[in-house]
Amino acid sequence: MTNPNGRFGAHGGQYVPETLMNAVGELEEAYNKYKMDAAFNRELAELFNGYAGRPSLLYYAEKMTKELGGAKIYLKREDLNHTGSHKINNVLGQALLAKKMGKKRLIAETGAGQHGVATATAAALMGMECVVFMGEEDTIRQALNVYRMRLLGAEVVPVKTGTATLKDAVSEAMREWTRRIDDTHYCLGSVMGPHPFPTIVRDFQAVISREIRDQLMEREGRLPDAVVACVGGGSNSIGSFYHFIDDKSVRLVGCEAAGRGIDTFETAATVNVGKPGIFHGMKSYFCQDEFGQIAPVYSISAGLDYPGVGPEHAYLHDVGRAEYVPITDDEAVDAFEYLSRTEGIIPAIESAHAVAYAMKEAPNMEKSQIMAITISGRGDKDCAAIARYRGENIYE
Amino acid sequence: MSRIGKAFAGGKAFIAFITCGDPDLDTTAAAVRAAADNGADLIELGIPFSDPTAEGPVIQEANFRALRGGVTTDKIFDLVRDLRRDLDVPMVFMTYANVVFSYGGDRFMAACRDIGIDGIILPDLPFEEKDEFLPVCRRYGIKLISLVAPTSDKRTAMIAKEAEGFIYIVSSLGVTGARSEISTDIDSIVSVIRRNTDVPCAIGFGISTPEQAKKMAGLSDGAIVGSAIVKIIAEHGAEAPPYVGEFVKRMKSALV
Repeated sequence: MTNPNGRFGAHGGQYVPETLMNAVGELEEAYNKYKMDAAFNRELAELFNGYAGRPSLLYYAEKMTKELGGAKIYLKREDLNHTGSHKINNVLGQALLAKKMGKKRLIAETGAGQHGVATATAAALMGMECVVFMGEEDTIRQALNVYRMRLLGAEVVPVKTGTATLKDAVSEAMREWTRRIDDTHYCLGSVMGPHPFPTIVRDFQAVISREIRDQLMEREGRLPDAVVACVGGGSNSIGSFYHFIDDKSVRLVGCEAAGRGIDTFETAATVNVGKPGIFHGMKSYFCQDEFGQIAPVYSISAGLDYPGVGPEHAYLHDVGRAEYVPITDDEAVDAFEYLSRTEGIIPAIESAHAVAYAMKEAPNMEKSQIMAITISGRGDKDCAAIARYRGENIYE
Repeated sequence: MSRIGKAFAGGKAFIAFITCGDPDLDTTAAAVRAAADNGADLIELGIPFSDPTAEGPVIQEANFRALRGGVTTDKIFDLVRDLRRDLDVPMVFMTYANVVFSYGGDRFMAACRDIGIDGIILPDLPFEEKDEFLPVCRRYGIKLISLVAPTSDKRTAMIAKEAEGFIYIVSSLGVTGARSEISTDIDSIVSVIRRNTDVPCAIGFGISTPEQAKKMAGLSDGAIVGSAIVKIIAEHGAEAPPYVGEFVKRMKSALV
């Protein structure tokens, strides 16, 4: 899918300062060396299975299936992974790679804190230093995760510039990487940024679709008709799509955060409202104004609150292989409550965007059809915020 | 000889950076004139970007102030057109790839030619991606300035061979902003450049004092100063231009 220059159609590339070019080159070289290395893959499999709790369950949501009255619904339970989300897949892979490269320090950006917590966890496990950049706004909204990262031995740096959210945390992590390259690996949390990150992160997340495929073949003897996942930068969704891309019978649906609606400015649905651009090291779609200034974006979900999308998603959109649908805050909150009540599973508010789409679409499908929904994370972190959304004054 | 060529023809060049629209475009115009009148050989005009990933806090803040003040690419084009009526100093834009990309590379560079811009520096457009804009730069005679960093290593020769206008040597790791000390082995970078091109090279990032400027220009063909000037503008606001002029005079006199 990727060509040698890290392009996905027109998207991707390496739009970073000259200072970083040798670092991304070194990373690409190391990754090409280790991705086929049997010992590396054994070690990673051991971390996945023995530490993160893989394979994650593929759960048949029987009550939900019956209530919605259409497609048979399976939930891919990435929420059951260690640290509570799919983020650990990528982080274990990158941390192991960084260690092989002789790096002693991991830096990362985080929005809601999931990726920061996962990175801090891997750093603790592997005996590496860890610094996490987090928008100051988000450190307030997700104070518990800040504590968690510190508990795991990481330093959390609040980023005060710009909108003080995820995009600013990415910018600051990139700046820090230009300051200190020799001993530091930038553990990027999504399928974005300069090549080779979109490819590396996708490959480590592709375990999700490999497992869905194997588990469904075993249970149903067939492929799903639709795979549904939420999209911010797009790592859990590309991971969920990857091994189905060549199977044209499988619909791939990415659910974007529409915030208060794609006809308002308070949205983060990049594919739906963005334009092509160049930012954070990649060419892709971005929310921006007419002069290319990156737009402030909004979603109830801090994990989807990003003005861009990974370049491979931009490509899958361009060629029509995947669909990207907007889901509003209201729909996501309804789905958050629905899944909790119906299946006893509290999904992350990010993942609730995928559940919301399923609630609309499953009834239109045949009972013989199968829909797989990736529950990318668990929703404990969101309970206080959703309570407040419903007018209950709960703080963590 | 091109205007950029002339900037380096009369000895060591002093290059001043100013963020357009900080705090407003009238101040920018006066600051550019003050810098030119006091010996700046080339002016870098920053078109502000919402997320300037190569900048330290001083220039980041200037970008945010300018954008909050309502500056746009079109208003900056008007400013340059106006300045070019009576200023002969070479002027280059410094901005980010998305500002050019979103405007349309062809349309952007055509405007640059029409208003009298000589070159453009895009810190997030490395050698491997320069074909994004190089063809349109060539079409309108705008020099696409290359950057070389302390980490460029084997890349330095490759970059130098295809460089045009001048080469911007990034003095240190990290982002723009004052540094008490510059410890990079600039000598060996410059000697690789000299072996591969006749294009002049100037050093930027971290230079804030006449002593540093003298030392860096001594190692190359010129010194680039940004954050120190932007800081003066941040402190004095609309009253800044004479202070900018005074500062430029002091820096330039250290070079001659």
